[in-house]
Amino acid sequence: MKLTLKIWRQKNSQTKGELKTYPIDGVEGDMSFLEMLDVLNEGLINKGEEPVVFDHDCREGICGSCSLQINGEPHGPDRLVTTCQLHMRMFNDGDTIVIEPFRAKAFPVIKDLVVDRSAFDRIQQAGGYISVNTSGNTIDANTIPVNKHDADESFNAATCIGCGACVAACKNASAMLFTSAKVSQFALLPQGRIEATERVLNMVAQMDKEGFGNCSNTGACEIECPKGISLENIARMNREYLSASLKG
Amino acid sequence: MSKLDSKIPKGPLADKWTKHKNDINLVNPANKRNIDVIMVGTGLAGGSAAATLAELGYNVKTFCYQDSPRRAHSIAAQGGINAAKNYQGDGDSNYRLFYDTIKGGDYRSREANVYRLAEVSANIIDQCVAQGVPFAREYGGYLDNRSFGGVLVSRTFYAKGQTGQQLLLGAYSAMNRQINRGKITPYNRHEMLDLVIVDGKARGIIARDLVTGEIERHSAHAVVIASGGYGNVFFLSTNAMGSNVTASWKIHKRGAYFANPCYTQIHPTCIPVSGDHQSKLTLMSESLRNDGRIWVPKKKEDAEAIRQGKKKPNDLSAEERDYYLERRYPSFGNLVPRDVASRAAKERCDAGFGVNKTGQAVFLDFASAIERYGKEQAAIHGNHNPSKEDVTKLGKQVIENKYGNLFQMYEKIVDENPYETPMMIYPAVHYTMGGVWVDYNLQSTIPGCYVTGEANFSDHGANRLGASALMQGLADGYFVLPYTIGDYLSKDIKTGKIPTDTKEFDEAENKVRELLEKLVNNKGTHSVDHFHKKLGHIMWNKCGMARNAEDLKSAMAEIRDLREEFWRDVKVPGGMNEMNAELEKATRVADFLELGELFAKDALHRNESCGGHFREEYQTEEGEALRDDENFMYVAAWEYTGDPGNEVLHKEELEYENIEVKSRSYK
Repeated sequence: MKLTLKIWRQKNSQTKGELKTYPIDGVEGDMSFLEMLDVLNEGLINKGEEPVVFDHDCREGICGSCSLQINGEPHGPDRLVTTCQLHMRMFNDGDTIVIEPFRAKAFPVIKDLVVDRSAFDRIQQAGGYISVNTSGNTIDANTIPVNKHDADESFNAATCIGCGACVAACKNASAMLFTSAKVSQFALLPQGRIEATERVLNMVAQMDKEGFGNCSNTGACEIECPKGISLENIARMNREYLSASLKG
Repeated sequence: MSKLDSKIPKGPLADKWTKHKNDINLVNPANKRNIDVIMVGTGLAGGSAAATLAELGYNVKTFCYQDSPRRAHSIAAQGGINAAKNYQGDGDSNYRLFYDTIKGGDYRSREANVYRLAEVSANIIDQCVAQGVPFAREYGGYLDNRSFGGVLVSRTFYAKGQTGQQLLLGAYSAMNRQINRGKITPYNRHEMLDLVIVDGKARGIIARDLVTGEIERHSAHAVVIASGGYGNVFFLSTNAMGSNVTASWKIHKRGAYFANPCYTQIHPTCIPVSGDHQSKLTLMSESLRNDGRIWVPKKKEDAEAIRQGKKKPNDLSAEERDYYLERRYPSFGNLVPRDVASRAAKERCDAGFGVNKTGQAVFLDFASAIERYGKEQAAIHGNHNPSKEDVTKLGKQVIENKYGNLFQMYEKIVDENPYETPMMIYPAVHYTMGGVWVDYNLQSTIPGCYVTGEANFSDHGANRLGASALMQGLADGYFVLPYTIGDYLSKDIKTGKIPTDTKEFDEAENKVRELLEKLVNNKGTHSVDHFHKKLGHIMWNKCGMARNAEDLKSAMAEIRDLREEFWRDVKVPGGMNEMNAELEKATRVADFLELGELFAKDALHRNESCGGHFREEYQTEEGEALRDDENFMYVAAWEYTGDPGNEVLHKEELEYENIEVKSRSYK
């Protein structure tokens, strides 16, 4: 396959970036999108140019490092995959592909396609945990039975990989899907109920402080989420938030 | 050889850990506030230890090269975590988990460490459930279990195919709680590039800020390395792209002995290589062997026809298939340990029975399981005479519920539907049992420098059993290190803050600067990946699943030449004072090029086959690994002397007092 890539190049957070055009040849359908970029970079290095920088690590869709807005969609045109699992067989010979970083005020660009997603960490630090000491003096695991349906739903929420696609997909750059996934994971478990009030209030406050936008229920986040995190989580978080606010 | 004191406590095996905990010194809570600990790596071992040490009151600084601790490669572990809970009532116990692990490791691990691991395993599950880790449950609300290779009980706890993710996010949440309290300061996108030793003790590190390129000095009273394994020395592995040996290798060059580097786990069920562009390999969890049956065609003509696309796997009847694991190992069948399963796959493919285009793949088939589960489900739903379609439909639902994400991942990568046609799999480098030598307290041969998780060598001998890596990482981090490091730190309560404006920090920082300057100013002709791939080829072909003396000797020479070529000819674009992914890769590959030679040297010296180390010269008539207990029942701990090809060997003899050393059979 022969392709034309238009890639966002930006030296650092202080400078302005721009789209640059790179033709690429010899792309195979079995390559992942990032392997295609590896081939491009190898060529750039051999020509004495600076390679394109992008975040990536596990390359099996679980670490959440990779990002990329591909032809306007976070993680590209395929559904339920991260960019590292997107394969070039989704594209056709002669295609032009526009590759940009995830765009959001709360995700400033560091270099080229790499953005700073530390706002997500700070939201988790505000309350995304159960306050149990880790020294092992807890009760036997099976003394806390959990309804299987709740456990499964909790697990589904907990599979969020924190990649930021939900934010990049949202016209308001809202982090509601991300935040609600963690709130839901604990809201559905008996262990998590004790701190539920503080958790939802603190996490939402931090989310607002980081500069993420509001949710206007368009559902773009759910469609683009590589892990299929459901919008129901946002509804659940809204209920949690309302009841926490009433409790004061 | 006074340095190799394993410090195993005296007394009966089952009492050692309890007694040790009672004997060691403690640090009073007020004094813990004055003590700093550096944690390099934030995966299961590092994240859990950081959280626990911070909770105890120490000031912890964590370092990871990723943009968040949540991305550490522990997250990719799929199948599960072992614990001797005996919830299934199937005869499990601490002793049995201990026994299975020692046997699985081919009698090359330390009894006392492994027993402790088994002893604390049950508590890990309690801890994780309390943290809100959503493990799989049965309809009654209790925790579910499954089986893994090399054992005869069901002791593996799991969260679908994402157990590592859920456990890591648990440890990450525990870290977040401490970050919020101000007890952990996270340094993300930072890489440790050297260890600083003051008066013989580890007192700090030199790290590079990967965003700005700034070189930083960080001091502490103790340094913990929890930076994972070195599988990427093979270039292609199931490790993350950034997984590296640098932290371990830097402390090795500063005096920490490196143990058993040749013990590498080649995992039997990975998606086969598709082409030269391949950047990494993807694991398909061992848990799939609970339900999948591994086979190749019985007749070479059929294998040939399948390779050419003239026949489909489903065209072959049961009689035309060779379920070679069930044939060779009737009592463990498809659930033999990983090293055994991998070698058996290689043996069949080498003999010409491989089933993909390259001839390097075998089938993992779920058709029998789908049928079995389908019938079971039909009966549960009151349908005692179900149609074939009903059975298949219901069976697929069960399989999807158990392994859905793995099947989806397979389909995305290979573009084939594994519910309809068998998966194709082949072994790939996955885990390294070798690592930095540590004593019972997890301390390396450098005082104050501790090593936990995959980065150390301690618990898995020559082969690790499935679902034991997560167990070891969390055992070390939550339950072992927080005790043992306290004993050491109790002597530091009056030391005060360690200054960084000393000659030791100057020397280490200058060394790091020189290294980086050399790389960016080298202006050679080939990229870092070019050299990394070449190294990977040498490693896979000569130090992989089967090794022999001749190949290992030539591997050592080739790696040495390649290393020289790298330093002469590597090209690293960009500068030092900016984000520079190529420079990061270059520092890591430079270390792999040294480790690789030691790896081959270790494999060459070990004239026996054990676990993941298979020497072609040492095998039984049936092709099974042949150990030499008389001459090699020891840990090989290597001391750096300035040249990886000429390191000095120190031996820690292994003593088995509680377990009878036998030849390892899964037949």
